[in-house]
Amino acid sequence: MEYLNTFVKAIFIENMIFAYFLGMCSYLAVSKTVKTAVGLGLAVIFVLGFTVPINYLLENYLLKAGALAWLGENFASIDLSFLSFIMFIAVVASFVQLVEMAVEKFSPALYASLGIFLPLIAVNCSILGGALFMQERQFSNVGMATIFAFGSGVGWFLAIVALAAIREKLRYSNVPPALRGLGITFIITGLMGIAFMSFMGITL
Amino acid sequence: MKFLEDIFHNAKAPFEKGGKFEKYGKVTVAIEAFETFLFTPKEVTGKGVHIKDGIDLKRTMSVVIVAMLPCLLFGIYNAGFQHFRAQGILDAPFWEMVAMGAWKVLPLVVVSYAVGLGIEFAFAMNKGHAVEEGFLVTGMLIPLIVPIDIPLWMVAVATAFAVVFGKEVFGGTGMNIMNVALTTRAFLFFAYPTYMSGDKIWVLGASEAAGTPDAFSGATVLGELAANNQLAYSVSDMFLGFIPGSIGETSTLAILIGAAILLITGIGSWRIMLSAVAGAAVMGLIFNAVGMNSLMTFPWWQHMMVGGFAFGVVFMATDPVTASQTNTGKFIYGFLIGLLAIMIRVFNPAYPEGIMLAILFMNVMAPLIDHYVVGANISKRLKRATVKTA
Repeated sequence: MEYLNTFVKAIFIENMIFAYFLGMCSYLAVSKTVKTAVGLGLAVIFVLGFTVPINYLLENYLLKAGALAWLGENFASIDLSFLSFIMFIAVVASFVQLVEMAVEKFSPALYASLGIFLPLIAVNCSILGGALFMQERQFSNVGMATIFAFGSGVGWFLAIVALAAIREKLRYSNVPPALRGLGITFIITGLMGIAFMSFMGITL
Repeated sequence: MKFLEDIFHNAKAPFEKGGKFEKYGKVTVAIEAFETFLFTPKEVTGKGVHIKDGIDLKRTMSVVIVAMLPCLLFGIYNAGFQHFRAQGILDAPFWEMVAMGAWKVLPLVVVSYAVGLGIEFAFAMNKGHAVEEGFLVTGMLIPLIVPIDIPLWMVAVATAFAVVFGKEVFGGTGMNIMNVALTTRAFLFFAYPTYMSGDKIWVLGASEAAGTPDAFSGATVLGELAANNQLAYSVSDMFLGFIPGSIGETSTLAILIGAAILLITGIGSWRIMLSAVAGAAVMGLIFNAVGMNSLMTFPWWQHMMVGGFAFGVVFMATDPVTASQTNTGKFIYGFLIGLLAIMIRVFNPAYPEGIMLAILFMNVMAPLIDHYVVGANISKRLKRATVKTA
């Protein structure tokens, strides 16, 4: 039950986009068509879902104060948490490299349409955000961290795909010239945020 | 009628080409808008293929307004009725109640129409297209979904926000992604929460009397349930609408009359209404089976009579612009609205009512549903087509 709560909470209540505004750059830039949005969304789910558990293990068995106790008495007092940022980013970057190679091999069309935003997942705030939330919330075991990561990814996926569908529909609208492109996208994001507020305050 | 025609003709003359105020030519748009309220335009398209049908945007909107009239009239009466009942006066004269209600409700209608139409006219003149009738329904919906004691200026601010950011920036009528009336209500709800929830706002005069010896409270049925209080209303009260609540939403009977008008004329989608009721029933039955607090044990069929559920499903979920466009999509869309509305009611302690946010959420998701319904249809047909490649 606790797992399900964490999952639902990460998707809807603490949505990466609408509750924390993380990962906005690629969210706004790659949401022009549903197809590329789905591609990027899946990539984010994948990267989040694998890096957060790995980072969880790093955090708990390497970096945290006293995490090295398993090596012996002498190591129990070592605190490497000042290294956590660079370790997290290194893990994220290597995973993004993997994803990039896989996408290039299996779907060159998607690779071309995602362009620079695929390698930029490495610096997507929601990915590092996921790792840092994991650190801050101190999940009790690696399963919880995984569930949380997948939930956050699915929430991000849902947000970008819904935005892409709206933007596809909006292609025929007579938007005022000054607002075309990013301007109207920001307004849509705000309105979507209002809609997602329906879940805020739910205590599971 | 001739003299009316002349008035419009004379009013337009100075702004037309060669006239005295030619450079303010955009004003003709506004004059024409009033003209078409009274007359049908003479110019008709002669060439090409056209759908010839008696029902256009303006007539569609008029039918919806007619369908809302029972709710408005009952809302006016109920506003007065609740006011007197909360003070313990049960035998107040009928007309006194109506007058009391009209005194509060009609200004809301006027403000909502004046602000909304003012903005519509300004945008239409600026862009140089004809004034669209889309606001006629929205302007009527807004007063029906706010609490009776809301200050007028808040309604004005929220209406302005919703019309500009909910509709005009997307290109006007028919292009908005979220229901404009609900955007207004959501804006009010999040910007001025103390005026939109609680037990002091649903009965006329309750917020003014608060803190004085005459204070009285009037929580909504859902508010009472959320607080685990004993309900003071019978089922027939809930169905007929003699309960506190937003102005137009209380009477399920009046809403059903409106629903009948919408369904007979084919303007409201039966798919959305039916599936929303089904969704609410499913969720309600699940909660009834679990039954952990008074909101959960509240019978599922009574859930549909209280709060804004019926009103939202009939008048706002069926908004043809923001709902799903495909028939399969409409079933999914409606079902999820019903499901979510009851779920938010029960689970979310911050909001005693869920229908507003359920519809807004599904408005956001509707294009996505359509995208996949259309995609599924395309691939289905492609499969069928490949059989004959010989």
